[in-house]
Amino acid sequence: MSVGARLRRAAEVVALPAVLLAAWWVTSDGSESFYFPPLREVVAVLPDTWFAGGADARIVSDVLPSLARLLTGYGLAAVVGVGAGLLIGSSPVLRALVEPVLEVFRAVPPPATVPLLVAVAGIDDLMKVLVIVFGCLWPILLNTVEGVRAVDPVLADTCRSYGIRGPGRVRSLVLRSASPQIMTGLRQALSVGIILMVISEMFAASNGIGFTVVQFQRTFAVPQMWTGIIVLGLLGVTLAWVFRVVEARVLRWYEGIRSAHRSGG
Amino acid sequence: MLEVRGLRKVYTSQDRTVEALRDITFSVAAGELVCLVGPSGCGKTTLLKCLAGLLGPTGGEVRVEGRSVNGPPPGMAVVFQEYGRSLFPWMTVAQNVELPLRHKGHGRAERRRLVTGALADVGLAHTPDAYPWQLSGGMQQRVAIARALAYEPHVMLMDEPFAAVDAQTRADLEDLIRTLWDRTGVTTLFVTHDIDEAVYLGERVVVLSSSPTVVQDDLPVDLPRERDQLDTRAMPRFTELRSRVYGEIRAAQRAASRPDGA
Repeated sequence: MSVGARLRRAAEVVALPAVLLAAWWVTSDGSESFYFPPLREVVAVLPDTWFAGGADARIVSDVLPSLARLLTGYGLAAVVGVGAGLLIGSSPVLRALVEPVLEVFRAVPPPATVPLLVAVAGIDDLMKVLVIVFGCLWPILLNTVEGVRAVDPVLADTCRSYGIRGPGRVRSLVLRSASPQIMTGLRQALSVGIILMVISEMFAASNGIGFTVVQFQRTFAVPQMWTGIIVLGLLGVTLAWVFRVVEARVLRWYEGIRSAHRSGG
Repeated sequence: MLEVRGLRKVYTSQDRTVEALRDITFSVAAGELVCLVGPSGCGKTTLLKCLAGLLGPTGGEVRVEGRSVNGPPPGMAVVFQEYGRSLFPWMTVAQNVELPLRHKGHGRAERRRLVTGALADVGLAHTPDAYPWQLSGGMQQRVAIARALAYEPHVMLMDEPFAAVDAQTRADLEDLIRTLWDRTGVTTLFVTHDIDEAVYLGERVVVLSSSPTVVQDDLPVDLPRERDQLDTRAMPRFTELRSRVYGEIRAAQRAASRPDGA
C-alpha cells in the first residue's frame, strides 16, 4: 500500500467514530439531565478517574484484574474447547452421544449461570473465571467440532498414504484445516467473554471495571460511571484489534485461497 | 513388485449392494510403467484405493513387495486426481514436498536435498515459497508429483492425475512422467480413462471392463522407449494399439448396457 492509500484507509476507519463523537459532544453540551451529562464533563474527569494515583490508579487496581480474569478464562476455554473439539470431531460415535447435550449447554445464556456459580464457587476470582470459561467454551467447542468434521477426505487420504499419523497429523492437517472455524469460535467467544467479565464483576466483587461502574452508579458519580463505559468500549476495541491481527496471520492461507478464487472466477 | 489377485469390492448400503470390482488379477514388475485404462464409472478409483491400502477389499488380495496390503504400504506414493485438494493450502510448495519426509524420519539436510532435487526435477525450482493456490492447475500437479518423487517410493500410483488440466499442459506432464520414469526407474501404475494417454505413456496397458469390473485385456506396448508427442502418436503401431484398446472398451460398454448384463 502506498502512503496515500494508507492515509485514506486510516481516514475511512476514523471518519464515522469522529462524526459520532462530535455529534455526542455537541448535542450533550447543554445537557441538564443528571444521567446524561455533557461529554465535555465526562472527558474532563476521565484521566483523574482512571490514571491518577500511580500504583493505586484504577487502571492498575481495576482494569488489570479484569483483564487477567478475562484472559485466564478465555485461555482455559480455548484450550479445553479446542482439545475436546478435536476429540469429539474425530469420533462419530462420541459426536452422536454428546452433540445434543452440547447444543443445550450452548443455548443456556451464560449470565444465567452467574447466581449458581456465585453460590457454588464463592465470590472470589475463581467464580468469575469459571463464569467466563463456561460462556466462552461452547462457541469454541462447537465450531472446532464442525471444523474437524470438515477435513477434506482427499487431504486425509494423502496423509494416510504418506504415513502421517498421530500428533503430526493433528498438527499438520486437522488443526490447520479446522483453523477457520476455530477462529470463528474464538471470535464469538471473545465478545461473550468481555460481557461475562463485566457481569460477573457487577454481581459480587471487590475490584474490576464492572465493579467500578456499579460503584459509581450507586454513589451517583454519573460522569465517572460514563468514563467506565468508555473504558470498557476502548478495551473491547483494542482486544478485537489484537484478535484481528492474530487471525490475519493464522488464516493468511485461507484469505489467499478466497481471493485467488475471486480473481480466478 | 505389485500383485493383484482376484480382487473384489462390493459396496453395501442399507437397501442395495453394488459390485464395483468383480475379479481383478494383474501384476506390475519392478521398474515397469503400466497404464490402467477403463471406461468411466468402471471403478478405477476404487481399484486404486484398494491398491493404496486406503480401502479394504471384499475379497482377493493385493501384495506390494511381497507383503499383503492391509493399510498404506510404506514404500508407496500416490498422486491423486484432485491436485487442488491433495496439497496442503496452508503450506508452501517446499513445505508440502517436505512434510512426508519429516514423518519418514529424514534429517534436515537430507530433507533439503530431496526437496530441492524433486522440485528441480518437475521444473519448479524457482517457486519453493509459493503457496499451491497461487499456482496453475498443471503446476499444482507438478508439486504433487515432486512430493511423490522426494518420498523415494518403490511404487508410484497415479489416479487420473491429468484429467483436469488443459491439453497442452497435459502433454507436457505426460512427457514429464516418461522422463522421470526413464531416469528413476520407479515402478509406476498410471490410471486413466484416456486411451491415447494410456498407449502413449505405458510400457503395458491393462484394460478394464465396465462395472462389475474384470481385467479385459493386458497388452504390451511395443513402441520405441523414446516417446514423442508428434512422432510416436503418428506411428502406425500407435494407431493400431489405440484402435485395439478402443475396440475393447467399446465392446465392454456394449456388453454392460445389454439388459441381461455382462
